[in-house]
Amino acid sequence: MLKVESIDVFYGNIQALKGVSLEVKNGEIVTLIGANGAGKSTLLKTISGLLKPKQGDILYEGTSIAGKAAQTIVKQGISHVPEGRRIFANMTVEENLELGAFLRKDKQEIQQDFEKVYHLFPRLYERRKQLAGTLSGGEQQMLAIGRSLMARPRLLLLDEPSMGLAPLLVKTIFRIIEEINSFGTTILLVEQNAHMALSVADRAYVIESGRVVLSGTAQELNASEQVKKAYLGGH
Amino acid sequence: MELIQQLVNGISLGSIYALIALGYTMVYGIVRLINFAHGDVFMIGSFVGFYAVTSFHVGFFPALLLAMVSCAILGVCIERIAYKPLRNATRIAVLITAIGVSLLIEYGTIYLRGAQPEAYPSTVLPDKKIEVLGVTVNSQSLLILGVSIVLMILLQFIVHKTKIGKAMRAVSHDAEAARLMGINVDNTISATFAIGSALAGAAGVIFGIYYTKIDPLMGIIPGLKAFVAAVLGGIGIIPGAMVGGLMLGVIESLVSGLGYSLWRDGVAFIILILILIFRPAGLFGKNVREKV
Repeated sequence: MLKVESIDVFYGNIQALKGVSLEVKNGEIVTLIGANGAGKSTLLKTISGLLKPKQGDILYEGTSIAGKAAQTIVKQGISHVPEGRRIFANMTVEENLELGAFLRKDKQEIQQDFEKVYHLFPRLYERRKQLAGTLSGGEQQMLAIGRSLMARPRLLLLDEPSMGLAPLLVKTIFRIIEEINSFGTTILLVEQNAHMALSVADRAYVIESGRVVLSGTAQELNASEQVKKAYLGGH
Repeated sequence: MELIQQLVNGISLGSIYALIALGYTMVYGIVRLINFAHGDVFMIGSFVGFYAVTSFHVGFFPALLLAMVSCAILGVCIERIAYKPLRNATRIAVLITAIGVSLLIEYGTIYLRGAQPEAYPSTVLPDKKIEVLGVTVNSQSLLILGVSIVLMILLQFIVHKTKIGKAMRAVSHDAEAARLMGINVDNTISATFAIGSALAGAAGVIFGIYYTKIDPLMGIIPGLKAFVAAVLGGIGIIPGAMVGGLMLGVIESLVSGLGYSLWRDGVAFIILILILIFRPAGLFGKNVREKV
């Protein structure tokens, strides 16, 4: 479904990604783990069109999307939940969700998707008239995910959905990620919480200072000594 | 009764400030730029209205509409030509460019038509004195106030209920997140300039009718006053610009009414200084803290 082929990405003169390749197949949950500053978010931003790769290519369903405008990529079915949620705090929950469906014109189906999102996150329904900035951290994360679902993505890019959340909420969020996947949405998940990420993923890539250093199935990486030491706290 | 009279004058003047201040505040909200050329867009609107009335003999509303459309186009051109290439430049570079654009429009207008002032014909709007509860009100000020209020309600509707308005609010809050929703940020910024400039154009026509005399440098002082009004209300906040404009107009009229008309402009800038000292975010502003 998605094929990233040895891309190089720069911030000014600083190279953030060095020949990164990865593949996401239809229906999978693929996770990308790595430390702070390893280039995980950079990779997601490049896929969703916020950054342009200098070298290499990104193929989505067989056609190149590298360097295309973000709106074109959203339209083709890739939705990106950014790090730090980035909800529109000055707008209501409902308006945030509406913006998620910005490019869609099928009013009836948008209405159905509203119901789906509210079904998935009953809390959002209760607070639909409230300003998004007044929500708790966990609710904001739910809103960020709900908002991206309103675009009806076939591929969902999730950047650190567990960041700053209490352990119980982290579990809820991961359960929801699995649920979204079970409805047929493919997921590329970036996480620092490697333990949780590997528990839901089919396959995983480990990224260090802008390079993919390891990849395999989630079980393989879970068992790998290198991963245990560096990301799973040694047990 | 004298007081109420001054209040009415103040509200009419204030609604002109508010219309201009809205453009400042909307543009600032979305690109964090004080568009110093905005007062000159107001001036161009005034001249377009003047020529429409005197050369093409159209009525008030067609002239108003023509001025608004011309200014919207002018605003988009300014943004595309002068500001868009500087999207990632330092703020000071953009600010200096804005001042350059302002001077270009002012002296470009003088170059094209000369510096001589013009007088708006007094026949554009009926000028009758209406007595309400012992207060004489000019029918023009009532109509001006009515038009301003309708435009402000229309703006609120656009910003809150339409798709482009929601896109504008999203971009002003977080442009990158807005791009992830599929919003075209460049087009949204252009739309903001178009709407803000159209309001300035309307203000130009209204100003011409109210004060009669227009000239190519007329935009400078009302432009600065409107900027004060926008800061007073809290720059970037739309209701703030409306309230700030009205307050400034009322305060100025009261100062004149008390017999200190020479102090009028001074008072506006004293207010700016006081606001910057005691409430830098403006009356409606608050220090926004984000949850992480």
